[in-house]
Parts: sequence; structure tokens; C-alpha cells
Amino acid sequence: MSKQIIVPFGPQHPVLPEPIHLDLVLEDEKVVDVVPSIGYIHRGFEKLVEKREYTEYVYIAERTCGICSFVHGATYCQGIEQIMKIDVPERAQYLRVIWSEYSRLHSHLLWLGLFADSFGFENLFMSAWKIREGILYVMEETTGGRVIQGSCKVGGVRRDISSEKLDEMVKDLDRIDRDMKELTTVFLKDSSIQHRLRNVGVISREDAYHLGAVGPTARGSGVAIDTRKLGYGAYDRLNVHVVTESCGDCYSRCAVRANELFTSTDLIRQAAKKIPEGPIDVKVTGSPDGEYFMRAEQPRGELVHYLKGNGTKFLVRSRIRTPTLTNIPALLKMLQGCELADVPVIVMSIDPCISCTER
Amino acid sequence: MTLENQTITCIDFGKLIGSVERFRNEGYRLVQIGCTKVGEQYEVNYSFDKDYHFENIRITITADTEVPSISGMYWNSFIYENEMHDLFGIQVRGMNIDFKGTFIRTAVKFPFSMPPVTVVKGDKP
Amino acid sequence: MAFFEMVKTALKTVVRRPVTILYPAEAAKKTPLTRGHVTIDESRCISCGTCQRKCPAQAIVISKEAKTWQIDRLRCVVCNSCVDTCPVKCLVMDTQYSSPVTARSVEIVTITYVKPPKPEKKDEPKQ
Repeated sequence: MSKQIIVPFGPQHPVLPEPIHLDLVLEDEKVVDVVPSIGYIHRGFEKLVEKREYTEYVYIAERTCGICSFVHGATYCQGIEQIMKIDVPERAQYLRVIWSEYSRLHSHLLWLGLFADSFGFENLFMSAWKIREGILYVMEETTGGRVIQGSCKVGGVRRDISSEKLDEMVKDLDRIDRDMKELTTVFLKDSSIQHRLRNVGVISREDAYHLGAVGPTARGSGVAIDTRKLGYGAYDRLNVHVVTESCGDCYSRCAVRANELFTSTDLIRQAAKKIPEGPIDVKVTGSPDGEYFMRAEQPRGELVHYLKGNGTKFLVRSRIRTPTLTNIPALLKMLQGCELADVPVIVMSIDPCISCTER
Repeated sequence: MTLENQTITCIDFGKLIGSVERFRNEGYRLVQIGCTKVGEQYEVNYSFDKDYHFENIRITITADTEVPSISGMYWNSFIYENEMHDLFGIQVRGMNIDFKGTFIRTAVKFPFSMPPVTVVKGDKP
Repeated sequence: MAFFEMVKTALKTVVRRPVTILYPAEAAKKTPLTRGHVTIDESRCISCGTCQRKCPAQAIVISKEAKTWQIDRLRCVVCNSCVDTCPVKCLVMDTQYSSPVTARSVEIVTITYVKPPKPEKKDEPKQ
């Protein structure tokens, strides 16, 4: 048996957007075992629920993550509304869907850029982020913030989008669609990328399901779970198309996310056509008393917010379980048996958002 | 907006392994294991899902109870059990990957088991 | 399997104008809704303390006796809560970001609001 050496990967590594530590046990360039270690960015968010009232905690829930921040805020608000049995007006639900899908677009484009950077294709990285700038400008025009939107509150949304602005946004989507088509053609067809990504980091369908993989990590192996099918918010009135691939390697996961970009633009067009006139919020009085598990589809997978209140203004418990936390065991399975040079590509292919994981 | 009605089944601590095995045989996947401190006791919630159907079971324990690990049936439960140990101080017996307290390194050991802080508005933070 | 798929996009970027702006020589793109920093109109503030109660970062401190309103710019997260809940609408969100500083300090503003005198009660004949 050849000698085993241990190589530490992270927490500082040029390919990682956020710090995670993996101890790789190697035998002659092949990875035999992996030991993860997290906790570099643990900020104790869940303890803050005792110090901030439930209406103010929205701002904290949003700041759990910089990439997927809108979905965290919207899920928290929906959880509280479900406990307090508040009926949110329809226009607010459609607005939340529109902003969530824009958030998904920007997150997938960010990931496509970072993924291209991880196998050395800098030009593609910059092209993806160029398209993303247009989307961030739309977010800033409608909510006031590029990264942290601050537009959800318990009982509805804080800002409205006028119908002229909605028409302008839908017309702009045609140009964005054209640019994204050019970008995804490179990802899916180019031979140098296929050489790098095919049969790398393979995980089978049964393993992906039983190890708890969610989101594009599971959909790349053929497991068709998408939490948007639950029908929260306005999703039960819209047609959600679930994208799956069957090979379970890095190329499939990349293809799932690239094709989901077009699902998102389609959902925005559907929502903009169906959105009714009306109020955007309701008045909220009282305090939450009860508990609920609110599930939503973040760009990375299934997000669970567990909220428990006991009738006072401060919640008893807020537990956030993010998709990257549950994708880590699947990552450990994927890394066994791969080459050392493929490790950055495989770690990036699950879309690690460690600041969500380590709230 | 139609959302599912969720039921949380409280079970006896001794029946935990039997219930989890039943879920495993029916093909459910593990969604999360979460812990809440209520007074002096801890409530541990186990959540399972299959085809968008959500089920929860809950056990109520005290701080010195040793909880058996379910990693024999669900290999990915080590993440949640190590996190539960590092933040709340609950001992879990038989984890498949046991980090022995180094999974999440905090300045204060078992921070979430500290009593809740009461705040008067207008105080200097 | 296709080869050289990226050539078309690469040549287009070479020929077109650059999409980046020469910041800070050119101003950054801003929209009317951009949240930059909070400004106050001190002649309208009635020192009710609502903004201090609603601030999630506890960045605003009001002193009624000394008639001051102070804000710690480094604690403020520009969430717009104070602007939304002010009853007399004396707080306005400006679109420029606050400039960088080298030391932690608070910004203190003196309130110059003068309560208008009550109109004199005229004796009304009972009907």
C-alpha cells in the first residue's frame, strides 16, 4: 500500500468564495478520504432572535447570505405569516415571486462565472458577470439595493413596482435571454469544457437521494425534487418546469443550472402577465404563538426555516437549515476516488455558500 | 396560497430508533435534525420528506441524556448531530464521524445552552 | 462537440466599447431608490424617538434634554426603517454612499424645531 499524505484544502483558496476547510487524504494524487471542518464564519445568528423583535429579525434573516439574501427574508416572512395566519395580498405574493426569480438569475450567473474561473476560463467568467450587472441594476432600480434588498416585511412587501416598469423589465428580458443563450452555448457545447467536466465527481441517483442532496446537486443526478412545486407564495398559480439531467457528474450539474436560467425568465414573464392590482401589505398586530417549518427553493436547493414563538414579541427559536449544509455529505462521497487537480472543480460544482451554512 | 398543514408527533425517547427505521424502510429522506431549548429541557425535532410529503417526530430530553445516533440508517446525519453537540452540549452516542467538539469552533463552549438574554429597549447595546 | 465556441463573444468584446466605468473619475450609476445614507431635516424633528425604537442596528440615539439626534454611520445598515416610520417625515434617504472614515465617531445634529404656540381659545356661545 502506498503512503498516505494529508493535504489541507482551504479555508483560503483562490477558487472558494467563502471559507471551508477540507482535509484531503491522498495516495499518489488520488483522493482516498475527506474530512470537512466548518465554523470559520459562524456568527451566531440564531441567538440574536432573543435580542431582536420578530418584526426586526427580517433584516437579520436577510443578511445571512449575500448571494441568496432575498429568499431568506421572504421565507422568514412567510413562516411568521403562516404561524399568525395572516393573509398576504395577491400582489405582494406575485412581487415576491418576481424578485425571487431575479435573485435566482443573479445567483446562477454568479456561480457560472466562478465555475468558469475554477477551471481557468477567465473570459467566460467576465462574460457571465457582465450579464449579471444588468440584473443587479434592475434589482437596484426596484428595491434600492443590489445585494441586500430589504423589501420583504411581515405582512407583505415594502415597495411596489409600477406596471410601466414591469413592462420595461419584461421587454429587457428578451435581450438578457439572447445574451444568456450565447453564454450557455459555450458552457454546454465547447470541447475544452467537456474535457474538463465529463465523468468528474460522479454520484449515483440512489446515493444522491439517501445522502440528502437537494437542489441542482440532486437534479443533476436525476432526482426530481424542486420545492417550488409545493406551491407556496404565488407558485401554485404558475407553471414551474423542473430541469433534470441523468449523468450525475459535474457537467450535469452545470447543465441543470444553465437551463434553469431560462426557467426563471419564463416564470418572471408568467408572473408579470398575471399580477393583479391591489394593496401590497396588511397591518400586523399581535405576536406569533406556535411553530412552523417553512420550506422554500433557494438557488442552491431546499431551505428550511423553523420558527417557534410563544406569544411574546421575541421568538423562542429560529433555526435555518441551508442547502449547502445538507449537500456536504454528498460532496464527501463525490470527492472519494478523484484526482487532486479536480478537487476545486468538484467543490465548486455543489455551489458552496458557506456563510449560509455557518450562520 | 395553500400550504401544507404540518403535524409534529411527540414520541417516547425509547421509540426513536424504531420510528426512524420505519421512515427509512418507506424511502423517506432526512431533511434536518434541529434542537430547541425550552426552559430546562431540550426538544429535538427529526424531519423527513418523501415526494413533498413532510413528517416530523420530536423527543424531549434533559441536558444529560445520551441520544443514540441514527447514522446507521442515515449516513448524512453526522452533520446535524455534531452541530447539535457543539452548540447545545447534547451527547450523541455512536456517530459515524465524530468530531469530538471541533466541528464548529466557538469562543464559548455550548453557546446556545446559555440562558436567553432579556433586553430593555433604549439600552446601550 | 464544438471547437472555439467562445471566439465570437471574445471578438465582440474586443471591438465594442468597454462596459466598465472609470470610477471614481466617472460617477457610479445610481437610481432614485438607491439607499445611500440617512439625512435629517432638523427643523421638523419632534424628538418622538420612533426612529430610535425601530432601528434594528441601534444606531440612532436621541436626547430630549440636550435636543440632539445622533447617528453612528458605521452601525447603520441603511435598511430604511427610520425613514418609513418617522411620523413627520423629516428623515430622507440620500442616494450617495457615506464617505469612508478613519476613526469611529458619531454624527450629532442639533434639533432646531420650535413647537408653534397653541391658537388662543375664543369663547364660543353655547348653542
